[in-house]
Amino acid sequence: MTQAPTFATEAPAEATELLRFATAGSVDDGKSTLIGRLLYDTKTLFEDQWNAVEAVSAGRGDEYTDLALLTDGLRSEREQGITIDVAYRYFATPERKFIIADTPGHIQYTRNMVTGASTADLALILVDARKGLVEQSRRHAFLCSLLRVPHMVLCVNKMDLVGYDEEIFKRIEKEFCSFTTKLEVPDLTVVPISALKGDNVVSRSENMPWYQGPSLLHHLEKVHIASDRNLVDVRFPVQQVIRPHSNDNHDYRGYAGQIASGVMKPGDDVMVLPSGFTSKIASIETADGPLQEAFPPLSVTVRLEDELDVSRGDMLCRPANQPRVTQDVEAMVCWMDEQRPLRLRGKYAIKHTTADARAIVKDVQYQLDVNTLHRDEAVEELKLNQIGRVTLRTTKPLLCDDYRRNRSTGGFIIIDESDNRTVGAGIIV
Amino acid sequence: MSDYRVSHLAALEAEAIYIFREVAATCQRPVLLFSGGKDSLVMLHLAQKAFAPAPIPFPVMHVDTGQNFDEVIAFRDERVAATGVQLLVASVQDAIDRGLVTEPPDGTRNRIQTPVLLEAAEKYQFDALFGGARRDEEKARAKERVFSFRDDFGQWDPKNQRPELWNLYNGRVHPGEQIRVFPLSNWTELDVWRYIGDQGVELPPVYFAAEREVVDRGGMLFAVNRFIRPKDGEPVFTEKIRYRTVGDATLTAGVRSDATTVDQIIAEIAATRITERGATRGDDKTSEAAMEDRKREGYF
Repeated sequence: MTQAPTFATEAPAEATELLRFATAGSVDDGKSTLIGRLLYDTKTLFEDQWNAVEAVSAGRGDEYTDLALLTDGLRSEREQGITIDVAYRYFATPERKFIIADTPGHIQYTRNMVTGASTADLALILVDARKGLVEQSRRHAFLCSLLRVPHMVLCVNKMDLVGYDEEIFKRIEKEFCSFTTKLEVPDLTVVPISALKGDNVVSRSENMPWYQGPSLLHHLEKVHIASDRNLVDVRFPVQQVIRPHSNDNHDYRGYAGQIASGVMKPGDDVMVLPSGFTSKIASIETADGPLQEAFPPLSVTVRLEDELDVSRGDMLCRPANQPRVTQDVEAMVCWMDEQRPLRLRGKYAIKHTTADARAIVKDVQYQLDVNTLHRDEAVEELKLNQIGRVTLRTTKPLLCDDYRRNRSTGGFIIIDESDNRTVGAGIIV
Repeated sequence: MSDYRVSHLAALEAEAIYIFREVAATCQRPVLLFSGGKDSLVMLHLAQKAFAPAPIPFPVMHVDTGQNFDEVIAFRDERVAATGVQLLVASVQDAIDRGLVTEPPDGTRNRIQTPVLLEAAEKYQFDALFGGARRDEEKARAKERVFSFRDDFGQWDPKNQRPELWNLYNGRVHPGEQIRVFPLSNWTELDVWRYIGDQGVELPPVYFAAEREVVDRGGMLFAVNRFIRPKDGEPVFTEKIRYRTVGDATLTAGVRSDATTVDQIIAEIAATRITERGATRGDDKTSEAAMEDRKREGYF
C-alpha cells in the first residue's frame, strides 16, 4: 500500500442494514493495517486523510504508509504509537453500513475491549500466522463469548509471510476451534488473509486456491444478523411518559421507549412491572404515524387502553412471559476503575435498562483469570480490568433476564456515587 | 417491515431518539446547541420526533460569532418560530465588547466561542448540552463518548472518559459539571444527507449550488460577502459552489458543485474523496491535534 489509491466514484445503495463489529489487537498483529485496508478498498478513506497519514509517515521515515495513524486519533496515542481507547470507524458497501469499534488488545485495556464488545454483532480476532494463537487471542475470544457477541471471525493474518501455507492455517484453525468449544461461541468463521497485500480481505485471493470460504468483506456483508435479536420476549423499558399538556392532546398519555426485545402489536395483552397491572396496547405511535407492529431497535411511544400508573424504570411485558423481578443479583462483573477496587460490602449506584437503583456487594465469589480461566476464590475485591462473579443486593427489584437470553435486560453498569464515574459493567447470570 | 428488518437509517434514528429521551428524562436542564446548520437542523427534527406530540422539552441555544451567513441566521429564526422552541443566543460580539474574550488578530472567532459557550452554560445552569458532532468528522471525535463528561471548567479529558457500554448512558453530574451529548455520533455525512432527503428536512439555501462570487485562498473557495472581502489585487471570479458545512463565515469555504437538490448532493458526496472538514474548514488545518486541543478547552 505504498501507492496512493485510485478513487472510484460509485455510491452505496439505499436501505442498507447496520452491522457493528469489534476488533481487538495489539501493536503488531496488523489490526490497524486491516482496518486501513477495509477503509481503503471500500473507498471510505478520503484523499485528505490519506495525504495527512502519508505525510506523517514519510516524515517519520516509515517504510510503509502507517495506516495506524488513521485510527489513533489522540495526541498521546500517536506519540506513544499505541491505541489507548475505543475508536469508532465507519464504512459502507452497497450491502451494509458498518460501525467498527476498534479497541486495543493488551490486557491493561480489557475494559475497552469489553466496552467495544458490548454492542457488537460480530467480533473480529486477528492472529499472526507466524506466531499462531497467543494468550491475547484466547483472552479476546473469552471476552467476546462472555459479552455474547453472536458472531466471531478469526483472521489468520500475514499469510504472505508464511508462503500462503495451508498447513499453517489449518493448524491455527484447529487449535482455535478446539479452544472455543470450551466457550460459548455460536458462530465462528476462520479466514486466512494478508491485510498488507489484500489477500482475502475484499476479494478471494489467487494466492490461496486451497481456501474455499468467503473473503472477509464478503462474510461481513452476508453474515445473517437479523435473527440475533430476541424477538420472543417482549421487554419494553419505559424511558419517559409523554404528556403534551395541550388542548389538542389533553388526555394523551404515552410511554416512550426503545424496544429491548420481542414484537409488540396493538391489541396485545401487556403487564406493567413492577406493579403487575395488566392492560392492552391501544396503539404504538411514532412521529411518522402509528405502527402495526414494533420490534427492536425501534424507538416508539406505546399507549395503553387503561389509565395506569406507569413511570420511568417500569417495564411492559406479556403477562405469560415476564422477566425476573429480584433484588438479589448474581453477575459477572468487569471492573473498570483505576482509582478504587470493587469491595465486599461496597455500595454503588447501578443503571439497568432505564431503571436506577443502589446496590451493596454481598459476596465476591471468585475472580476469573481471563487468560487461563482459572478461578481464584480467595479474593474479596476486584481491581481494574479484573472479572469476577459477584452477588449484589439491590435497593429495589430489578426487572431482568439472564444476559445469555437477553443482552438488553441482562446488562447493567456500576457507578461510583461519590464522583459519578462508571466503574464497572455487570452481566446477569 | 414484516421480516423485522430495519434499515440502517431507521436504526440510527431510533438510537438518536433514545438518546434525546434519556437526557430529557435524567438531566435537570438540557439545551440543544443550534446554529441553523444542517446537523443542528437534523438534531431539531429528531428532537421533535422524540417527544411528539408533546413539544421539545428544552430550549435551543446558538453561540453566535456574529460572523454567520445571513441566510443561515434568517433560516434559524424561521425554524425556531415554526417549532415553537425557545431560542437563546450567546453572543460572541457581546462577549468581546464586555472584555470576556479578545478577538484574535486574524479576525476568526472560532476559538473564542468556547468561553462564551461556557459562560452561557453557567448562567443558565445547563447540565446537558446536545451537539451535532459526528465521529466521522475528525479523529479526536472518533474517540469521544456519546455522553461526554466535562468538568467544572468545561474541559474534556480524553484519557479519563467514562466507559460506555450497551445503551446504558451515564449522565450523572455534580453541580457545575456538564455532559455534552452527541446523538449523531454514529452517523456519517452521507447518513445525514440521506436522512435529510428521506425526511424532507428543510435547509438554508447556502447548502445548494448557485453562482457565487468567490476568491481562491490556498485552494479553498470563499464566497465574497460582508465578512470575506477581496484583498488588494486579489482576483474575484464567479463559480457555481455550495457549502458542505456552515460554520463561521470568515473561515468556511464552499466547494464547486452543480447540485441544487438533496439527491444531487448525495450523489456528489458519495463520489467525493475529501472529508467535509478537510475541504471546507480553515480551522482544522492548524495542526494534527487541533480539534483535540480545542475540545480539551471546552469546545463543542
